[in-house]
Amino acid sequence: MIAETGHFALVLALMVALVQATVPMIGAHRGNALMMAMDKPSSYSQVLLVAFAFGCLTYSHVTSDFSVLNVVQNSHSKMPMLYKVSAVWGNHEGSLLLWVLILSLFGSAVALFGGNLPPTLRARVLGVQAMIAVGFYLFMLLTSNPFLRQFPIPLDGKEMNPLLQDPGLAFHPPFLYLGYVGFSMAFSFAIAALIEGRVDAAWARWVRPWTLAAWTFLTIGVALGSWWAYYELGWGGWWFWDPVENASFMPWLAGTALLHSAIVVEKRDTMKAWTIFLAILAFSLSLLGTFLVRSGVLTSVHAFATDPERGVFILMLLLIVIGGSLVLFAIRAPALKSTGVFKPISREGGLLLNNLVMSTGAAVVLLGTLYPLFLDAVGGGKVSVGPPFFNSVFIPLMLPMLFAMGFGPVLAWKRTDMVEAAKRLKLAFIATGLVLAAMLAIAFDGPFMGIVGITIATWVFMATAVELAERIKLFSAPRQALSRLLRQQRASWGMTLAHMGLAIAIAGMAGAGGWKVEKIQTMVPGQSVNLAGYDFKFMGARRAQGPNYTIVEGTFQVSEDGNPVVTLHPEKRNYPVRQMPTTEAAIHTLFMGDLYAVIGDPEGSEGGFVTRLYYNPLIAWMWFGAFVMVFGSVISISDRRYRVGAPKGHASGKQVGAKA
Amino acid sequence: MKTLLTIILLTVSSFSALAVEPSEILSDPALEARAREVSKGLRCVVCQNQSIDESNADLARDMRVLVRERISAGDSNAQVVEYMVSRYGDYVLLDPPFKASTYVLWLSPFLFIGLALAAAMGIYRRREASPVGGEKAQELSVEEQRRIQALLDEDGGGGS
Repeated sequence: MIAETGHFALVLALMVALVQATVPMIGAHRGNALMMAMDKPSSYSQVLLVAFAFGCLTYSHVTSDFSVLNVVQNSHSKMPMLYKVSAVWGNHEGSLLLWVLILSLFGSAVALFGGNLPPTLRARVLGVQAMIAVGFYLFMLLTSNPFLRQFPIPLDGKEMNPLLQDPGLAFHPPFLYLGYVGFSMAFSFAIAALIEGRVDAAWARWVRPWTLAAWTFLTIGVALGSWWAYYELGWGGWWFWDPVENASFMPWLAGTALLHSAIVVEKRDTMKAWTIFLAILAFSLSLLGTFLVRSGVLTSVHAFATDPERGVFILMLLLIVIGGSLVLFAIRAPALKSTGVFKPISREGGLLLNNLVMSTGAAVVLLGTLYPLFLDAVGGGKVSVGPPFFNSVFIPLMLPMLFAMGFGPVLAWKRTDMVEAAKRLKLAFIATGLVLAAMLAIAFDGPFMGIVGITIATWVFMATAVELAERIKLFSAPRQALSRLLRQQRASWGMTLAHMGLAIAIAGMAGAGGWKVEKIQTMVPGQSVNLAGYDFKFMGARRAQGPNYTIVEGTFQVSEDGNPVVTLHPEKRNYPVRQMPTTEAAIHTLFMGDLYAVIGDPEGSEGGFVTRLYYNPLIAWMWFGAFVMVFGSVISISDRRYRVGAPKGHASGKQVGAKA
Repeated sequence: MKTLLTIILLTVSSFSALAVEPSEILSDPALEARAREVSKGLRCVVCQNQSIDESNADLARDMRVLVRERISAGDSNAQVVEYMVSRYGDYVLLDPPFKASTYVLWLSPFLFIGLALAAAMGIYRRREASPVGGEKAQELSVEEQRRIQALLDEDGGGGS
């Protein structure tokens, strides 16, 4: 009964979305306030209906109702509660339900906080949102219904993939989807603006918080995903250029470009059509990402073809959304008049460079991800496009941009002098030179990419820091520097933190990529192995029982020059239902690197085990850097000037206070 | 109890060799380093997107052993790769070769960069052609002007 009620709620949500996709749009076209006003109640009813449907599916999972096919295929009565819940979205049908839930949440947020939006714009934005929702509801109801029953009812379920039974991966999809769906807001605003034929500074300000929020969530999602790969896959890798990763990385690149170009629209009233295009691109890539991961097309074109119903629907939906919006763009974009003029060497020029490199990067990743599918589909044979391709194309593309990134914030709007900008960054040049010299002095024959990476990371970090110091006049008028520091706008704090965070993350990638140390061997209890100056002493292994798996837990005592550092307990688990093992690496994070231990299979007769020990230099910086980026973004969202519906009185009061 | 443990551990192990095993490792560190290097560029042909160096699959293990056999027999890295391609086809290469079927793949990045440059030049040329006087906001009603002005006034608050 619960499942049928959920199914019914989904059908009702489709009906509401159909109304919301048409009535307010017609109302906006005719100037009919009553019809436009339909947008709010329908947004609210949609979110209630979808939340109810989601609640029904969650209830079925939590109570292990094995008469529901979705529960049978993805859950098991012995799974811990956290994973019973995360199993709701750990599969194709449930993840789509989560997708529409988030979509309706965003929509109702616009309805709730969009009080200062012009009614026509709001009606159109919510209308476009509802159109996207209609596509998804239809897809679910026609091809991917999570509420299907199973008869006869099996005794127990088939369990979720053990690799997914992990806290990091429990929260990875929701964040990713918050990011993907967040870009639907920018998309809806872009389509609404194209219909209205107007993009201005106010529009850019309305779009900005949504885009920032989407970017924040997506950054968290991508970082969680790579962190999970790092500790779960058991050999210290963190990025594989896997199609599934690329699917989330492409919208991130496009979204990053969008964030930066929206600034130009807001401040300088130019690059409008381009910004609209990026909004369409970011969401199109998000859609593609959702479907790439969930459709099975990645495993093989043939798997996709064996389930033609879903595949054809997905292709149609992508065609309508992407094709339709691009056609609208082609018709309406030329009418968007930009007024601001600028020279290549200017803040706008820098932001444009960022945009072009980011979108080129996204295009390259898209090409590499889809090329094998494309070649196979046209009968050109099977080819692999792996990390070597991506690294050799993507990294050379990004390096010049990172160099330019140091300059961007010190460039003036409209036009500026490069030499003057370089002079202002004198200190950053010196610091970068010193770090490079120190690295070469210590290890001249060190890994090339590692040295390049650390150097560029130092440059970005120092240039950002110097720009901040300049802005608060740290050197010219140090007495007031602190009070100036505290008075910085939150949006500029956001920029400073986000850029510094990226620099820290790049240092982490370079360190881990360049200087990783690894030892694989069989160890008997009592044996020690020295790795990067640390002694790993194997103390033996014991067997234990988890809720739905068995455990072999090893113990390593790690010491440095005889001083104990930490005791590590890596685990090897076996999930009997799926007959699948997982490794739980034991990781101890130090400032300069991670100690990483993995226990493998027993070997020999003396209680020996295969062990894998790693020292991953600077790797934790990568996720710390991502955290700093996210923190900067959140600070930026909280900027009063961008807060949706910020009361005016307050704002001007603050301004007086700040000037006094 | 001990037999039970052994049985369980054996069951575990039969499903879970984790990438390079100590038994596979060559005794000469220089040769082993070369084997690792070569393995990282070869795809485990039954896996979704893993090199044989990372994969737990039985086939990946066989391929790793094969790579080490060839290296021990005195093959150069290139010869080993060539041998693997002759057995498994281009599909085994994670770094796709530059040939007719991949021209589009390898050349497109340059096309993308070209398009980006063209877009940038287009934007700058259009800007120069447009009248310099086009700086002030156009097509806005008095009410919109006022609202934007109010927003811009707020803007001046913290930054000075």
